[in-house]
Amino acid sequence: MISRRDFLQAAVAASAVYGASGVGNWARLAAQQALTQDQLLQFDSFGNVTLIHVTDIHAQLKPIWFREPEINLGVGAVNGKPPHVTGADFLKMFDLTPGTPEAYALTYVDFVSLARGYGKMGGLDRVATVVNAIRADRPDALLLDGGDTWHGSYTSLKTDGQDMVNVMNALKPDAMTSHWEFTFGVDRVNEIVDTLPFPFLGANIFDAEWDEPAYEPYKMFERGGAKIAVIGQAFPYLPIANPKWMFPGLSFGVREERMAEVVQEVRDAGADLVVVLSHNGFDVDRKMAAQVPGIDVILTGHTHDALPEPVLVGETMLIASGSNGKFVTRLDLDVRDGRMMGFRHKLIPIFSDVIEPDADMTALIDAQRAPYTAELDEVLGTTDSLLYRRGNFNGTWDDLICNALIEEREADIALSPGFRWGPSLLPGAPITREDLFNATSMSYPNAYRSEMTGETLHIILEDVADNLFNPDPYYQQGGDMVRVGGMGYHIDVSKPQGSRITNMTLLKTGEPIDPAKTYVVSGWASVNEGTEGPPIWQVVEDYITRKGTVSVDPNKSVQVSGA
Amino acid sequence: MEFTRRGAIALSAGFAAVLMLPSKMAKAAVDDKIAEFTGGASVGSGGITLTTPEIAENGNTVPIEVDAPGAVEIMVLASGNPTPGVATFKFGPLAGAQRASTRIRLAGTQDVVAVAKMGDGSFVQASNTVKVTIGGCGG
Repeated sequence: MISRRDFLQAAVAASAVYGASGVGNWARLAAQQALTQDQLLQFDSFGNVTLIHVTDIHAQLKPIWFREPEINLGVGAVNGKPPHVTGADFLKMFDLTPGTPEAYALTYVDFVSLARGYGKMGGLDRVATVVNAIRADRPDALLLDGGDTWHGSYTSLKTDGQDMVNVMNALKPDAMTSHWEFTFGVDRVNEIVDTLPFPFLGANIFDAEWDEPAYEPYKMFERGGAKIAVIGQAFPYLPIANPKWMFPGLSFGVREERMAEVVQEVRDAGADLVVVLSHNGFDVDRKMAAQVPGIDVILTGHTHDALPEPVLVGETMLIASGSNGKFVTRLDLDVRDGRMMGFRHKLIPIFSDVIEPDADMTALIDAQRAPYTAELDEVLGTTDSLLYRRGNFNGTWDDLICNALIEEREADIALSPGFRWGPSLLPGAPITREDLFNATSMSYPNAYRSEMTGETLHIILEDVADNLFNPDPYYQQGGDMVRVGGMGYHIDVSKPQGSRITNMTLLKTGEPIDPAKTYVVSGWASVNEGTEGPPIWQVVEDYITRKGTVSVDPNKSVQVSGA
Repeated sequence: MEFTRRGAIALSAGFAAVLMLPSKMAKAAVDDKIAEFTGGASVGSGGITLTTPEIAENGNTVPIEVDAPGAVEIMVLASGNPTPGVATFKFGPLAGAQRASTRIRLAGTQDVVAVAKMGDGSFVQASNTVKVTIGGCGG
């Protein structure tokens, strides 16, 4: 495992480090009861180029709670390396003090009590304030959006992403890349792309039939006297992890050779700095950084990691800016003579009660939501438990969804996909329709009910586990493990595919799952065309309104070893 | 529960796939094919590039490309298919490049193997794992 000392040495070797990358002093500020906007934004400009990175906003226009993962295992070479460090270990690695604002923003430790103290995070009107402040300091700063922007809320679903397009356009990004955008269908994506005042980049998006690039691969910018190439890399496994019938004719993939070619092309065209705006996921980016020479900065996305310091791989710097609008990264670079000579970095936490909302942006956001206010605000019930999703094996939001599937659809076993999006709700909070859609909004929501043999269930669990725990990152798809209701199992993450999952047990009888026996299974978000059933939000709404108050027992039915 | 047509459709629409891993028999068949191609000569590595997706987007049509400058023949095998032989490309002396691409069908997760016979009669080999997965559940 990399120690903080090794890490800092590595960082220093690459040149400048800004006071532990700008988080070390939040703790002191909080102790002085003096967490202010000025201090959150404080940054001594450095070099001649500024990059601003946001990613995986998942259509969260308003401030939210978002509990960071408790379990985030890394296998093979990345075991114990960031971002596979959580809780107290994370605090220790980055020298953070429990109970401080940064501990609240970056870890799950004491989440509920700290959330009540420090309040919600994010909100694109607060993000606008931060972006405007950086631009006031460095007018030609590049704002880069890592994708998963248009999907994830009630209003984004109802407007096919138009609410997010309108708001992001006002934020004036310089480029974006994509993933869930394509679940609105390729025609809708192209319709929006035609209207965007900035490029929609994806060097790895190809026409499947002719094997030709389908979208712009990169964009060249001149900033601070330097030529900066921003290369887009869309999520490599869209046709596998999401329904490929929604974007027929497109092929994705990591396409490492293609990335190497494009890097060479932009270097030949005179790029002084090569930035990859990526939706690969952190471990895939870490491998790509080691394999493809000539990349200075990878702005990572997809896996929703928030890291207070850059991770260095050779001479490539990896930046992880979190999700849901919770953070904005500012990265200042000194680019001279065709190379990056130094950097200063700050992961800016968007404390919604500290950062003043930008009034114009607030008005624009409210205008997008206005037609839907009545539906959004309708209270469906109350939760007694903390509801969250993020974590490798289970989250209480998914436990709730699985309970609803089992009861409402009369199933033995429920499956809920291991998405990483979906904000949290605090115990005692009302559950509004907006909250429910924040955890379920999607264009393929049908809750199927079918029969599966024990053997099929085992194959599914093994297949998904390999997408998460294959020791080669290029075989990982970046989601979490499929959530299971009504069934327990044991997983040894160190084993190869086919032998990780054992001791599958039907919880209602306590009997082992019989490979030959048939079970009634309900789940949602199938990637297959023509899936039948009510939308998942209807199933969960019926359950919540019937119960009035929902509570979720701690999930002890998944046992993990080998980490 | 009665197994209705609707249930059957839902089943096929949900998660349903059978993934096969290469059997010992298939492995032997691949070794035999290579031995036949090389005449039992030893096989080196390097000088041959096999490009495949890490995870197949559609197992029925997986794009592959093999490039071996100076080769006179390149044989491609899908080690886990019931019939592993895919193609053998032959390059004449006037060929501008010794490179070929095609699309192949894969029965399940397996290694795709390419063996090239070089101009001097030596052999080199490259192998990549291509995963065929059920899909879904991504974040």
